[in-house]
Amino acid sequence: MTTKSQAVLNWIDERFPLTSSIKGHLTEYYAPKNFNFWYFFGSLALMVLVIQIVTGIFLVMHYKPDASLNAAGVPVAFASVEYIMRDVPGGWIIRYLHSTGASAFFIVVYLHMFRGLLYGSYRKPRELIWIFGTLIFLALMAEAFMGYLLPWGQMSYWGAQVIVNLFSAIPVIGPDLSLVIRGDYVVSDATLNRFFSFHVIAVPLVLIGLVAAHIVALHEVGSNNPDGVEIKKKKDSSGKPLDGIPFHPYYTVKDIVGVVAFLFFFSAVVFFAPEGGGYFLEFNNFIPADPLKTPPHIAPVWYFTPFYSILRAVTYPLFGLDAKFWGVVAMGASVVIIAFLPWLDRSPVKSIRYKGPVFKTALVVFVICFFILGYLGVLPPTPGRTLVSQICSVLYFAFFLLMPWYSQLDKCKPEPERVNFK
Amino acid sequence: MSVDQEMDSGRRTLLLATSAAGGIAAVATAVPFVASLTPSERAKAAGAPVEADIGKLAPGEMMTVEWRGKPVWILRRTPEMLASLDKTEDKVSDPASDKPMQPEYAKNKFRSIKPEYLVTVGICTHLGCSPSDKFKVGAEGGMGADWPGGFLCPCHGSQFDLAGRVYKSMPAPDNLEIPPHKYLADTTILVGDDGKA
Repeated sequence: MTTKSQAVLNWIDERFPLTSSIKGHLTEYYAPKNFNFWYFFGSLALMVLVIQIVTGIFLVMHYKPDASLNAAGVPVAFASVEYIMRDVPGGWIIRYLHSTGASAFFIVVYLHMFRGLLYGSYRKPRELIWIFGTLIFLALMAEAFMGYLLPWGQMSYWGAQVIVNLFSAIPVIGPDLSLVIRGDYVVSDATLNRFFSFHVIAVPLVLIGLVAAHIVALHEVGSNNPDGVEIKKKKDSSGKPLDGIPFHPYYTVKDIVGVVAFLFFFSAVVFFAPEGGGYFLEFNNFIPADPLKTPPHIAPVWYFTPFYSILRAVTYPLFGLDAKFWGVVAMGASVVIIAFLPWLDRSPVKSIRYKGPVFKTALVVFVICFFILGYLGVLPPTPGRTLVSQICSVLYFAFFLLMPWYSQLDKCKPEPERVNFK
Repeated sequence: MSVDQEMDSGRRTLLLATSAAGGIAAVATAVPFVASLTPSERAKAAGAPVEADIGKLAPGEMMTVEWRGKPVWILRRTPEMLASLDKTEDKVSDPASDKPMQPEYAKNKFRSIKPEYLVTVGICTHLGCSPSDKFKVGAEGGMGADWPGGFLCPCHGSQFDLAGRVYKSMPAPDNLEIPPHKYLADTTILVGDDGKA
């Protein structure tokens, strides 16, 4: 480095921890050398967040959160989305990047969470990373739900109507709570505007804060790895972990490969199937919202359907409270329970590689149930489907609630001293 | 400050008092923000009553008017439709309309002022979808052979009879709401105002 640029850097470093931050988080942040395929999805989630923020900024320049009817009798919000799609130069691709990005976000985040389940990434000392992650997932669900109202289509409207009415099931405060959420007696212009405000300002701020906390906590304790052993236990004479390699350049380069592969699939969807077969953008949402007519079949977007199935699976009233209320409780619990994993898993080993058949079976059953619940969530309910979703809901909760018992029962293999790396 | 220094209890008291006062002020500041989330005066005023002309409604026909942003159905029931309410009597969860889902003057078997005309809010009491009309009797309407005609909510499958009474063991907990209404003339209904409180 030339002396002049070194002098500039020194000037900054005396006033701001630039060099030390780059070292601490990139060039001298030691990550385990045995990361595999599953470790792409954290950095991909970060990239999708950036895509959503950038495309969102540009969409807000043309979108109008207004439920009143224009001269043609179409809601202004709905018409402004059509305007973006048809008249704004480049508008269609920005909007499809944003709408596809929402589904991509959940695909990537679900895989990222599954990685945590596989390798026990939630175990001590990474409990806070996991809790921050669960909160990110919750914020993401709120962000997606409120964003889905903005196009003001039939699914936007009736989906919001159903979900906001869920809150009215809470005893005593429920009806007033849903009134405060809507800002009106029905989903209306007031609701659209506040959801817009939350979607573009409040929740993104919370999300970015939580992502920062997630990464700071990760870099404090260091990354887990597919073997689930702590690389910090074996260090060389200079104090570097023997099985660690600097994040930059090794993992920045590796993650770029992941980004390229991801963008390959992502672009294919954006260009050739932006509606995702009716799963990413539901067909009913191309009809403007009509407060007087519910579409014949209402289903949430795919990423909510496992939890929606759990909601619908509860059909028994209990303790004098409606089944509706307990459905809401079950749905909330099914998300919140994820945060408690660090204390539910009592297995002596972290990684699935050394866990025994009991845990492996439980995980397989859990994943199958999650997919079945997700599939049933897009279909209209029938008595048979309700029964299946009830069985799957019970198994979903059993995976978590019985874990303290079955994870101790398991015959685990001994963990290695160092990570496996070929 | 070293540990062996004696605590200045006067300063500590002042610190606690100012923190408490600041905390109360912060909470008080939240009041207008929370208040701004509740329905505005304009939204409240939008609940104005609406008039419906039922003169052109043929027997068996239903019309929809918008009141407070919700669909309100006015169904002119045929004698057969009214007779079907006897058959559903023991299938519905609240046959006598004991729960206050209607004004006092509609707390009867027909859940209406005049038996012929049913006026009801077309919003399912489960999660707020608008049920579809399934007036065709029997298997023809796809609702099973013993279906006497009624309403089906597309969202979660709740069924209602032709008086808006919910069937037993349905997701919806209550009968459809009967809004306050009155007859201005034989063929005009005012929805949203019944002249009482």
